[in-house]
Amino acid sequence: GYLQKAKKIIMKTFFPWFGLDIGGTLVKLVYFEPKDITAEEEEEEVENLKSIRKYLTSNVAYGSTGIRDVHLELRDLTLCGRKGNLHFIRFPTHDMPAFIQMGSEKHFSSLHTTLCATGGGAYKFEQDFRTMGDLELCKLDELDCLIKGVLYIDSVGFNGHSECYYFENPTDAERCQKLPFNLENPYPLLLVNIGSGVSILAVYSKDNYKRVTGTSLGGGTFFGLCCLLTGCSTFEEALEMASHGDSTKVDKLVRDIYGGDYERFGLPGWAVASSFGNMMSKEKRESVSKEDLARATLITITNNIGSIARMCALNENINRVVFVGNFLRINTISMRLLAYALDYWSKGQLKALFLEHEGYFGAVGALLGLLDSA
Amino acid sequence: IPPDSLPGVSLPSLGGSLTKLAYYSTVQHKVARVRSFDHSGKDIDNEPLYEISVQEEITARLHFIKFENTYIETCLDFIKDHLVNTETKVIKATGGGAYKFKDLIEKKLGLKVDKEDVMTCLIKGCNFVLRNIPHEVFAYQKDSDTEFRFQTNHPNIFPYLLVNIGSGVSIVKVESEDKFEWIGGSSIGGGTFWGLGALLTKTKKFDELLQLASKGQHTNVDMLVKDVYGGAYQTLGLSGNLIASSFGKSTTADKEFSKEDMAKSLLHMISNDIGQLACLHAKLHNLDKIYFGGFFIRGHPVTMRTITYSINFFSKGEVQALFLRHEGYLGAIGAFLKGAEQDNPNQYSWGENYAGSSGLMSTSPDVSPLQRTRSGTFDMLEMDRLERPLVNLPLLKDPSTYIPDTVDLTDDAMARKYWLTCFEEALDGVAKRAAASQPDSVDAQERAEKFRQKYWNKLQTLRQQPFAYGTLTVRSLLDTREHCLNEFSFPDPYSKVKQKENGIALKCFQSVIESLDSLDWEERQFALVKGLLAGNVFDWGAKAVSDVLESEPQFGFEEAKSKLQGKGRSLLEGPPHKCALIFADNSGIDIILGVFPFVRELLSRGTEVILACNSGPALNDVTYSESLIVTERIAAMDPVIHSALRDEKLLLVQTGSSSPCLDLRYVGKAPLCGLCASAAGWSEVWLWSVAVLWPCSGHAVAALTALCCSRLDQGLAVLVRERQTDLVVIEGMGRAIHTNYYAVLRCESLKLAVIKNSWLADRLGGKIFSVIFKYEVPCK
Repeated sequence: GYLQKAKKIIMKTFFPWFGLDIGGTLVKLVYFEPKDITAEEEEEEVENLKSIRKYLTSNVAYGSTGIRDVHLELRDLTLCGRKGNLHFIRFPTHDMPAFIQMGSEKHFSSLHTTLCATGGGAYKFEQDFRTMGDLELCKLDELDCLIKGVLYIDSVGFNGHSECYYFENPTDAERCQKLPFNLENPYPLLLVNIGSGVSILAVYSKDNYKRVTGTSLGGGTFFGLCCLLTGCSTFEEALEMASHGDSTKVDKLVRDIYGGDYERFGLPGWAVASSFGNMMSKEKRESVSKEDLARATLITITNNIGSIARMCALNENINRVVFVGNFLRINTISMRLLAYALDYWSKGQLKALFLEHEGYFGAVGALLGLLDSA
Repeated sequence: IPPDSLPGVSLPSLGGSLTKLAYYSTVQHKVARVRSFDHSGKDIDNEPLYEISVQEEITARLHFIKFENTYIETCLDFIKDHLVNTETKVIKATGGGAYKFKDLIEKKLGLKVDKEDVMTCLIKGCNFVLRNIPHEVFAYQKDSDTEFRFQTNHPNIFPYLLVNIGSGVSIVKVESEDKFEWIGGSSIGGGTFWGLGALLTKTKKFDELLQLASKGQHTNVDMLVKDVYGGAYQTLGLSGNLIASSFGKSTTADKEFSKEDMAKSLLHMISNDIGQLACLHAKLHNLDKIYFGGFFIRGHPVTMRTITYSINFFSKGEVQALFLRHEGYLGAIGAFLKGAEQDNPNQYSWGENYAGSSGLMSTSPDVSPLQRTRSGTFDMLEMDRLERPLVNLPLLKDPSTYIPDTVDLTDDAMARKYWLTCFEEALDGVAKRAAASQPDSVDAQERAEKFRQKYWNKLQTLRQQPFAYGTLTVRSLLDTREHCLNEFSFPDPYSKVKQKENGIALKCFQSVIESLDSLDWEERQFALVKGLLAGNVFDWGAKAVSDVLESEPQFGFEEAKSKLQGKGRSLLEGPPHKCALIFADNSGIDIILGVFPFVRELLSRGTEVILACNSGPALNDVTYSESLIVTERIAAMDPVIHSALRDEKLLLVQTGSSSPCLDLRYVGKAPLCGLCASAAGWSEVWLWSVAVLWPCSGHAVAALTALCCSRLDQGLAVLVRERQTDLVVIEGMGRAIHTNYYAVLRCESLKLAVIKNSWLADRLGGKIFSVIFKYEVPCK
């Protein structure tokens, strides 16, 4: 009746539906493209709104750094009674001023919409949005958004497939396979979000969670160290190098010190005893390749996150650990290593889980926050 | 060295650069002995009271030496020349280098290398230092006058977490002497700092990297919370200055970073990570003490600071990061202990020899480059085996919170300055007295000068690094001086003075008793307390007193009395005590005319008395063996003392200490009498002379002998319990003011002293020669 009609009117004025997550390194943007626009609506749709929709949906790259992850697009989604597609877009945080500038040029503010944003940048760039873009941000807490986003995307699934998956036989390149995981009863779970840094949350129900700890050794550390050590300039480049390197030339393994396993403590010879430990020697520093260094950096950061996550899981008495965040994007090496490390060191007690939409949950949560507030 | 005591060597793993050697030796040093003369048939009035002699004694000593790796051959030469006797077949070695250097050692020494597990050695060593070295443990405090806050030894050291940061990190939970478990580790450790640091900064040496780090600004390289948020992350209460992503700013590749900034960022990254993991493990195992060790930590304030910060941050102050003064030796000590297992060195108590040990921080090349010598040894620790195991005085109210020392000189810069200057000014006099005490020795002057130089250097070290030997106190300054005197064979510079004073005082004993006995009860109690205090004025150790005594030879007992500010409500009004334990101070007038009349009064009231004197000499303090002779002579004059000895109402024991101060945590567990402890031949001579001297006081001799021997395996502590001691009297500046002024006991206690130092008098709000008379009754 009346309420539904009123809601419809509000929704109309609320388009476009955006969710923004401004992290330390990357900005994640989700955009809901309504596919059920009636002729009447089409007519009413203001020119600005139309141009934004066209611009976003007809391109896969924006400027020199913006990218739409087409493969992640969620189709035929029903959100707040509207049907449409959810698009996933990212660009580096240092291009944020250009983004605000573009919003200003496209007269975004004339749409009288609310822009919901989360992540640290929602605070950092709030003033810029106001002065440069004439826009008032609705700031949302990043952890609230993250959890909301995870639960929502998992519940709607990935275009008919499972959002959540795990690795079986993670160490065995031949037998390792990615298998769907049913996260229907998710609680309690440990949520490890690996962005530039890492946050670890213990989630007990949809609105009962706590931040257990965090570490500054995250994706930013991997990429930053790779830049310094190898001169690479993109995350993709760093990962590509890592995939061709050999970390055992850089790291000192247990067997390098003890000649084999350190049985007294049950340490296998292949375990890393000292990350970058071989680099104490001048000769070895001169004989390693950039690829080896990139690989060692990746292994070091990944193992460390795995180890902290494992300790948190033990302390919180939780056995399911979900890893998310853009560090894991196109990063099978790390995912398999996390899966293996968790399984090995916990003697099979802990399970590492992953989600297809890796780094976008905060942005999804922000979008949901917008719809909640409506 | 004895064949069954194997040297232990800790060879560094590939990350380390130092080789540590631990070995056991027996050290011959001079000890002063006293014994009664055979006076039979002679006029004893003009003879000294007893004979003093200096003898060679052999004590066990543990040596720990660090060598730089480059001197490994020198180290092996040293072992070959000094240590390996024909019966030594095996050398215990630990550390990663034990594998690397095995062949070299076996070839060079002709010994079989017995490799011991690194972690087992480390923990054995750790338990050993925790148990035996006071002020071994400290917390690091940044931005404080006292960067190093030393901890009082807790009677129970277990359980604890040991985090060893070598090239990697090992986290071990230690639950008891033999039970420990590796509970985790991390590959991000000292090797990561060094290896990654070398790659990033092209700086090759670990120490140089640390120096770079101490000059850098990590905020140029790290992405902080405020870089992401523009300020703090308030919902979570995360400050804007926290690191959100280590090296997060280096992703913008067009920027150049300084070596210093990168090194600093790396240091923070690694320290924080280790601290976080350590806290997670501590939480999981419910532990609140974490000891950190390994080459990453070793004496480096920079890393101690970052680790401490990290532990505070991640545990929200619930876990304490602790460090060890002798951390670098743990592996070698442990390897040594493994080799000496049959001897069970843990059954003994060991004490740090301040004279032979270099202090904390001397490993750091920029602090004291002079301490590195050409031989490559530049840091050592010596520990002497104590005669007997030491335990807590059972009467302490709370041993775990008891702090013997009244003023912490590491904390109190004013007091530190005063006392260091005081000891410096007194040094020439002490050296002179030491030389004078051995007039027949040709090299006494030379040794006295060496002593003077050594102690002077120690004092200078302490001016620069007050924390070098743990908490700096008047007690540690006094003890260090005694150790240095011993080192240069001045076991008892005051022996002659004491002998003379004892002789003179004994001659006055009877007249003092007579005059006391002539007083009515009230007056007598007052006079007794005054006598105790007056006697304590006579103290050649105190500068003010020796000035008076040297300038006014007629300065006598009566005058000392008159100088006292009148004070003293008698504690002898109530019902008699069951047993009083008295810690005596000076020899001569103090013990004979001050303490003994008081003891006699106690005995007359039916109170048993345990008179505790130092085991070894310190200043002019009466030693246990001197007290035996003095008591004998008094017993011969005085029937009260005589019968008390016979009936074991008066017991003489030794404290186990050779310090002018008193640490009630370490009193003798099993005090042996001088007779039984010393070489058999000596004691026989002594016994014989006593018997000849006083044939008609055979009872007393028998009683005394019985006393000594029957107490053979009974400690002061046991005795105190057995006799239900309900009064403790602590006498003298060293024992009642410099230490124990604030000690809380479970029974009544009386602390009394005359303040013979004007600075201290000022501090306590009185005048020089004021009296401390602190009578405390425990709350019911």
